[in-house]
Amino acid sequence: MQVNENKEFEPLIVAFCCNWCSYAGADLSGTNRLNYPTNVKIIRVPCSCRVNPMFILRAFQRGADGVILCGCHPGDCHYTSGNYFTRRRMTLLFSMLDFLGIERDRTRVEWVSAAEGAKFAATMNEFTEAVKKLGPNRRLEDLRCRKQ
Amino acid sequence: MLKISLDRINELFEAISASQTLYIPTDREDGAAEYRKYESGMKLSNALNTVRSAKDFFFPQTENLVDFKMEGKNIEVIDIRKESEDFVIFGARACDARSFTILDKVFLAEPVDSYYKTRREHGTVVTMACTRPSETCFCGVFGIDATAPEGDAACWSDGESIFFEAHNEKGKKFIDSISSLLEDGDTAKLEETREKTRAILKKLPLAGLSTESFGGERMMEHFNSEKWGELSESCLGCGTCTFVCPTCQCYDIKDFNTGHGIKRFRCWDSCMYSDFTKMAHGNPRLTQLERFRQRFMHKLVYFPANNNGEFGCVGCGRCLSKCPISMNIVKVMKALEVK
Amino acid sequence: MQEAMINRAKQLLADGTVNRVIGWKRGEFVYDVTPAIFETAEELDAEFVYDDFTAANVSKYLVKECKKEGKILAFLKPCDTYSFNQLTKEHRVVRDNVYIIGIPGGPKLDAEKIKAKGITGILGAKNDNGTFVIETLYGEEKMPYYEALSTKCESCKSKKHVVYDELIGDDGEVLESDRFDMVEKLENMSAQERYDFWREQLSKCIRCNACRNVCPACTCEKCVFDNPDSGVENKAPADSFEENMFHIIRAFHVAGRCTDCGECSRVCPQNIPLHLLNRKFIKDINSLYGNYQAGEDTTSRAPLNDYKTDDCEASIVHERGVE
Repeated sequence: MQVNENKEFEPLIVAFCCNWCSYAGADLSGTNRLNYPTNVKIIRVPCSCRVNPMFILRAFQRGADGVILCGCHPGDCHYTSGNYFTRRRMTLLFSMLDFLGIERDRTRVEWVSAAEGAKFAATMNEFTEAVKKLGPNRRLEDLRCRKQ
Repeated sequence: MLKISLDRINELFEAISASQTLYIPTDREDGAAEYRKYESGMKLSNALNTVRSAKDFFFPQTENLVDFKMEGKNIEVIDIRKESEDFVIFGARACDARSFTILDKVFLAEPVDSYYKTRREHGTVVTMACTRPSETCFCGVFGIDATAPEGDAACWSDGESIFFEAHNEKGKKFIDSISSLLEDGDTAKLEETREKTRAILKKLPLAGLSTESFGGERMMEHFNSEKWGELSESCLGCGTCTFVCPTCQCYDIKDFNTGHGIKRFRCWDSCMYSDFTKMAHGNPRLTQLERFRQRFMHKLVYFPANNNGEFGCVGCGRCLSKCPISMNIVKVMKALEVK
Repeated sequence: MQEAMINRAKQLLADGTVNRVIGWKRGEFVYDVTPAIFETAEELDAEFVYDDFTAANVSKYLVKECKKEGKILAFLKPCDTYSFNQLTKEHRVVRDNVYIIGIPGGPKLDAEKIKAKGITGILGAKNDNGTFVIETLYGEEKMPYYEALSTKCESCKSKKHVVYDELIGDDGEVLESDRFDMVEKLENMSAQERYDFWREQLSKCIRCNACRNVCPACTCEKCVFDNPDSGVENKAPADSFEENMFHIIRAFHVAGRCTDCGECSRVCPQNIPLHLLNRKFIKDINSLYGNYQAGEDTTSRAPLNDYKTDDCEASIVHERGVE
């Protein structure tokens, strides 16, 4: 996203949400008329475990400034254990991104259940603020995808 | 002959880079050399050669060709080429200089590759004669004299000074532009150095290699040779040999979707890759043996068949030192030699 | 050692235990050996070599070789046995079709390290009590032997063979190595320093795929980066993003399976320390999920195929180390 002198930097946030918990959580936050920033673009996935590292990287490639992955709470996975695998996978991936010097606050995993509409909205507000502070993603962006 | 003392070489670089972009081989922290854009204080490498060849300057690894923008049913085609700047490549070796002649045959033949041509026109190649050839060198096999490199202008070092000589108009212009720094020098010591280098060149372990068994006439004989199986059995199918090679010229053209348009670019391709020349019907070379054979047949048989006997190899020795499993053109030539 | 290996190989060929041998073949120079398959005693006598420069890990070739007719004899160094065991675990090789002779590893050398010293025209070399004496076109040169060590042998993790049918020489021990030192050093840098370090290194990448193709853990029939339908297939690093992506995904895909054999760094024509990416994953796995050495056995679950209900959360990355 472009930084415009007149306007505050508006980050693009990609949120991968699992179909059974977090996506429903987002729905609930909507029906409860809770606000969360329009910067957040939700991509629904069958399970948080569906997200492989390439998804995260490609989101950054295509202009995301922050990527958040939401799934059912540990123990509550619709497929029993999907989110446990996700947890290990993302821990290692985020650690690697950090190792390469990419800002660690651009990535996050959060567990949001279908009943936690308020948590969903709060998480998104908080995460968007954090990414806003970091400024545009420059270290893991593809220059070809930057809008001129 | 015009010369400049070696300890004043950076003055020379400053002068050249004041008017145009200058690239020189310089040492990296890992001990390997690579071409870099000259910046004040940069040291000329003593290494015999760079890891990547100098072909990058005329035929870069990736190059954007054209952009497309789509709106509704309209496609706008945008020529992204910018005004080219003049540049100088300093210190290319005789092998790399010959590789440009080979690349010219491919890219400047009809239909002319205008991207390549523009770069060739804007680039001045100043070569540097070798004084310490390596055991992996075999340029002599392809009729290249490492002590008399081609290029627009050439230079020689006798350990104290660098001597210059122009080979064409572009080279003359280059030497004129730096003439205020040059002085007339005695070439006696230089001749001595060259003589010494020639003696070493004769002693090189690969000096006896022969190209007699190769060329267009022996196409089917080599193609059907049973040796390919054994030669290629340990090939990893990586692209190292192709990408460090100064004469490999195959490329692929691809479209990259940026999300708001298309960038059409070309990038080096390697015949060692499984998707090389993959077409709608599939791939004509399904095994590593076939892909391996293609690379060496191209250099030793197909290329000379199409180019009056000129081979597609300059004996720079890069693939000899870089192949992960040490399989290379020399081993292939020795195995396929017709006694 | 070389003679003992050739003699044993000849016996096994003669008594029909195996019908071919995988080893290393002498090259043009003292250092350029090529992995090769030998079928007769004559071939072994003429070309088989085992010396300071036989660093190449032949385990990966066995994926293809073990599917052919008859049994193959493989000489495996300790580190190579880890790779082989890991392949067995993943059902990529048929253990019964390979006759393994464990051989002592001993540190291997890298000709590039010698050349980086400015030594050129190498005609011969020998170790003289820790001094490497190199005969060149320009006279004799000397350098400390250990400075010519291949990067992968600088910090050896184990001298123990984890799988073999017989041994030539004695078996060794798993070693206490300092292999994570450089990873730790990087972890303690600031994010900006780390970023600059990796940019400098990864921008050298020419995307030759040698690191991937040589890797005994990279055995996919079709790599995502070779698949035109994947959307990420690319033959050249057209943007710094792609350099990062390729190397992150390459290392991630072998996380928990990488035995740290070091082949990736050995083959890199640009001398990128790729093994550091793999070691970072190994170090993280060890510290977060308990010590794990891929290839040590053929039964345990790989750390990324496993979980504990009380594993740490991903936020641990945000809480530790240097920002």
